[in-house]
Amino acid sequence: MTPPDAQQTGPAPQAAGGIAPAITGGILPAWGTWAVLAGAAAVAAAALLATGSFTVALMLVLTVPIACAAIYAWSRSVEGPRRAKDRVVTLAIAAAFALAMIPLISLLYEVAKRGIPGLSVEFFTEDSRGKIGGGGAAHAIVGTLVITGVAAAISVPIGIMTAIYMTEYGAGKKLRKALTFFVDVMTGIPSIVAGLFAYALFELFFGPGIRLGVMGSVALAVLMIPIVIRSAEEVLKIVPNHLREAAYALGTPKWKTIVRIVLPTAFAGLVTGVMIAVARIIGETAPLLVTTGVIDSINSDPFNGRMQNLAVYAYSEYRSPGVMKQASYDRAWAAALVLIAIVMILNVVARLVYRRYKTEIR
Amino acid sequence: MFGAASTKRDAEESTSADPAPPAAPAAETAAPAPASEVARGAKTVEAKNVDLFYGDFHAVEEVSIKIQPNRVTALIGSSGCGKTTFLRALNRMHELTPGAYVKGEITLDGEDMYGSKVDPVKVRRLVGMVFQAPNPFPTMSIYENVAAGLSLNSRRMKKSDKDAVVERSLRGAHLWEEVKDRLDKPGTGLSGGQQQRLCIARTIAVEPEVLLMDEPCSALDPVATLAVEDLIAELKHRFTIVIVTHNMQQAARASDTTAFFNLERSGDPGRLVEVGPTEEIFTKPKQKATEDYVSGRFG
Repeated sequence: MTPPDAQQTGPAPQAAGGIAPAITGGILPAWGTWAVLAGAAAVAAAALLATGSFTVALMLVLTVPIACAAIYAWSRSVEGPRRAKDRVVTLAIAAAFALAMIPLISLLYEVAKRGIPGLSVEFFTEDSRGKIGGGGAAHAIVGTLVITGVAAAISVPIGIMTAIYMTEYGAGKKLRKALTFFVDVMTGIPSIVAGLFAYALFELFFGPGIRLGVMGSVALAVLMIPIVIRSAEEVLKIVPNHLREAAYALGTPKWKTIVRIVLPTAFAGLVTGVMIAVARIIGETAPLLVTTGVIDSINSDPFNGRMQNLAVYAYSEYRSPGVMKQASYDRAWAAALVLIAIVMILNVVARLVYRRYKTEIR
Repeated sequence: MFGAASTKRDAEESTSADPAPPAAPAAETAAPAPASEVARGAKTVEAKNVDLFYGDFHAVEEVSIKIQPNRVTALIGSSGCGKTTFLRALNRMHELTPGAYVKGEITLDGEDMYGSKVDPVKVRRLVGMVFQAPNPFPTMSIYENVAAGLSLNSRRMKKSDKDAVVERSLRGAHLWEEVKDRLDKPGTGLSGGQQQRLCIARTIAVEPEVLLMDEPCSALDPVATLAVEDLIAELKHRFTIVIVTHNMQQAARASDTTAFFNLERSGDPGRLVEVGPTEEIFTKPKQKATEDYVSGRFG
């Protein structure tokens, strides 16, 4: 990745050698772009040092426009205007990509750095009931998995069946248009509102102060359903109509066409959509604070009592660290790390499922 | 969203204007096949004053035609003149397009296909269809594709019976020798011509009585086309066949009866200009428009 030789390169334009034959022409050397970047970085650093305001970030910010200008000039003189534009745009896009990656990489790095010290066998096996300054997050991990699992069990059937209605039955109907509108609205519901909705719903039946794991699942389902509907709808839409017609022409009833032809064809996409929806809700904190509450011991029964989860666990470890502050902070970061790891695993699983089951659709 | 593609194909393509005056839809057909040749199962399809619509758009006007059993009837005509639309009306696929409807009467051996007590699903079991582009089910193997009609129609049958149907259908579609060693491989892995024959095998596996083919060779090379045409010649001993084609040589080679569709100008409904024995249509057509079309003067 390092440029081979930053010394002799720089943005010095070279003269194009005469009139080239029709299809061969001057082409910048393969290391040209890297050399220009290095040269631009050197120029930017020199300029900043000269003015006495050198920082790495500022240098990088300055490097990109200098490199763009340099590569344009160099490439234009050697390769002509079309390739010069191509190189500038390529560089600009790569820079935008790098910019977008900075927060992600830095976040992962920071969470890993701070979270790893908090990881231990105890963290995965113990709860924190009565353990002053110690204990683990087993109760939070169990809670996260149960709450999310129940939320998915509620959302997936509702979401996929709604999507089936919208793509297969709703064409041109008012109900379908209304559904599309309300799904859009639902997508924008703030998560705390979903939590309060679930709380208010259960309060009607169980009285004030109620805290149950399943309440959290209902709150998360409110957030998850629109995501599942949207992704499933998109996937079902791209199942080609000629497959449906082929099934009809064999004398297959509509419901059977959907169950045996449309859904299997879309299977990989449906699973991916569900996984992404799960990844989206698994880290929710606010709706769970008001519905599942905070607790220190393992509870795997969503219909009985409070339930901890990783996001709320991280929050409460940080908010009320107890006597051994650093240990609590470490555990909070470790919880965040575990949460990110779960999301990543889900994404990898989604990709594997997609690759395994995707059908070639023409 | 159903049938949006076909609406476009049928309704939006414009064609060159036809200079000839409108001709009354003829209703003559070739002589019916001798009774001895009529296989059990093959049925007569008759359309009487059929008008087809896509919402406000009048796609096909006043078609009356009698389609004889165990004969190949070719529908020819320029793009957008309603051949495919008419074909799709013959097994009630037309109405799957939102807003599409049918006026007039289409009968299957005298029974009204569009009667109020008729289940379109049952009509489609009797009137099979092969589409323009090969469309095997991508999630299914070759075997499952052929057996799809049986399993989708929840006909319970023994594995050995099913195997026999699959083999018979694949043999019937001249595909058995090419695929017998890889029946469990996906149907989409076959070449285009093989896929189309797979689709034909899938259609004949459910033993329909009428076989509709919508430009079945338009996506195929000449060798595969020849294979399908040979197949059609053989299948007519078991089925009533209606084939839409843009290829006039194909109509001349493969069909017994030819029906010529045309429209005055784009936006007008398509009409059945002339129908008769294939030889007559191609050598001494009664209508000027037909002559212009088959001689390649336009279209």
